[in-house]
Formats: sequence, structure tokens, C-alpha cells
Amino acid sequence: MISCSEAVKQLWEYLDGTVDESDRALVEEHLSRCRRCCGELEFARELRRVLAKSASVDLPADVLRRLNQTLEELNP
Amino acid sequence: MAVALGGVAQTAPADAGPCFRDLAREQLPRLLSIARRLVGDDAEDAVQDCLLKAFQKFHQLHTPAAASAWLTKILVNCCRDRGRATARRPTQIDFDAVEEFSLYRKIASEDPFPYSDSLHLDFLAEFGPEDVRAVLLRLPEIYRIPLVLVYMEGFLARELAETIEVPLGTVLARLHRGRKLFETQMWEYAEEAGMLGGGRR
Repeated sequence: MISCSEAVKQLWEYLDGTVDESDRALVEEHLSRCRRCCGELEFARELRRVLAKSASVDLPADVLRRLNQTLEELNP
Repeated sequence: MAVALGGVAQTAPADAGPCFRDLAREQLPRLLSIARRLVGDDAEDAVQDCLLKAFQKFHQLHTPAAASAWLTKILVNCCRDRGRATARRPTQIDFDAVEEFSLYRKIASEDPFPYSDSLHLDFLAEFGPEDVRAVLLRLPEIYRIPLVLVYMEGFLARELAETIEVPLGTVLARLHRGRKLFETQMWEYAEEAGMLGGGRR
């Protein structure tokens, strides 16, 4: 079984689906026996949600207005 | 006809104006949102640069379906140009220390919310969109761009590799280091902003 340190290094890649099949199996085997690393996995999952959620923020209306104005002024 | 806007000659085909405007207008909020996370206060200028460059190169866009990825690529390049122009001395990063850092373990050992029964979630709940943006802006650009495009804009790693024109292996390595750096900077930001212990300064 791989160590906690080796498993943790691959958790994000595991969630991204970018680890190869054999590494994936090793991570899953480790997770099936290590509660702390399961906690790390859940935390990584939650952190990804925080990042994804932060993508949708209110944009400054005045900036959007000026950029729209730039578009209107573009003439061939 | 060619006119100058902001000192840049516009050389798009005669029928390009309305079509380009429609495509670009639809993408504007997304472009501004990405730029705010990539270059902070320079976002408006970066999007302006992007619109002008995209308009000049509009004939290179073969299908409207590709407009989103095409505009994103131009925007990322404009943001990189702006980043280069305003770059300060490169920050020295101790990647061995960063590699060993685990935000999960740090939170558990430092116990920033002593009365919490969901310590890790409470830590993350302190971070609103503006805090996340501030943390991202602390990262060197080569790590910031992959994090923003993959984890916030939903790019696949291979799509990002095409967009920024680097090998897939390089993108995966930058994502790995970027995530670790982001975790270290989240902790430092939380300390500096007084977010720990339940009392923001």
C-alpha cells in the first residue's frame, strides 16, 4: 500500500481524473484503509467547490458599460 | 474602411462589425471575470486589448462555435503581456516546503476555530469570491492561469495546453504546483486578514 504522503500528493490529480489506471487503483486502495486521507480528499473536493463558486461574482457595471461602448465603436 | 481606436488600426472585413460585436458582447462578462482573476485591476485594459486584437483577427475565426475558446486564448495572451509589462522581481519560492505543505493538516494542527465541530469547512466558508481572487493574485502568473482556467472556467488540462501552447505535462506540473501554492497562500492570507479565530479585522 502507498504511504499517506504519496496518496495525498495525488488526490487532486485523482479528482481531476488525470492519474493513470494503476495509480488510481493505488490511491483507492489507500483511501479504503485511511480515514485521515479520506478527510484530505473531502477537503480537496470542498476546496474545488470554493474555487468553482468564486467564478461567478458580480462584475462592476461601469466597466462592463465601457467595454460595451468599445465594442460599439469598432467599425471596419 | 479602417479607423483608429486607441491608436490601433482596425483592419477587419467590411461585414465583420455587427457579427463580431454580437459574438463578443455575449462573451464580455466571462472575459471580464477571467481577466479580473488573472490581472486584477488591469482587467478592463486587458479586455480592451483583447477586443481590439480579436477584431483585427476576426477573419481567423472559422466558426462562431469556437468563439469562446478563441477569445479566451486572445485574452490570456493579453493578460500575459500585461503581466510581463508590470512584472516585479521574480518571487523566490521554496518549492520543497510548498510540496510538503498540507492545508488540511495545517488547519487541524493550528485549530483556528476552537469551538468548531467542522473546522475545515468553517475555514473554507471564510473565503468569499473576493478573498479567492486576492489569493489567486498572490500567485505567479504561470500557476494562476492554469488554476483559473481549469478550476474556475472548466477547461480540461489538454484544452488549457492548447490555449497557452505548452505541452500537457507542463500544464499538469503547473496545476500541481499551483494548487499547493494556492493552499499555502490561503493560509497566509487568512492569517493576515484576521480570518482565523472567528474575527476578521
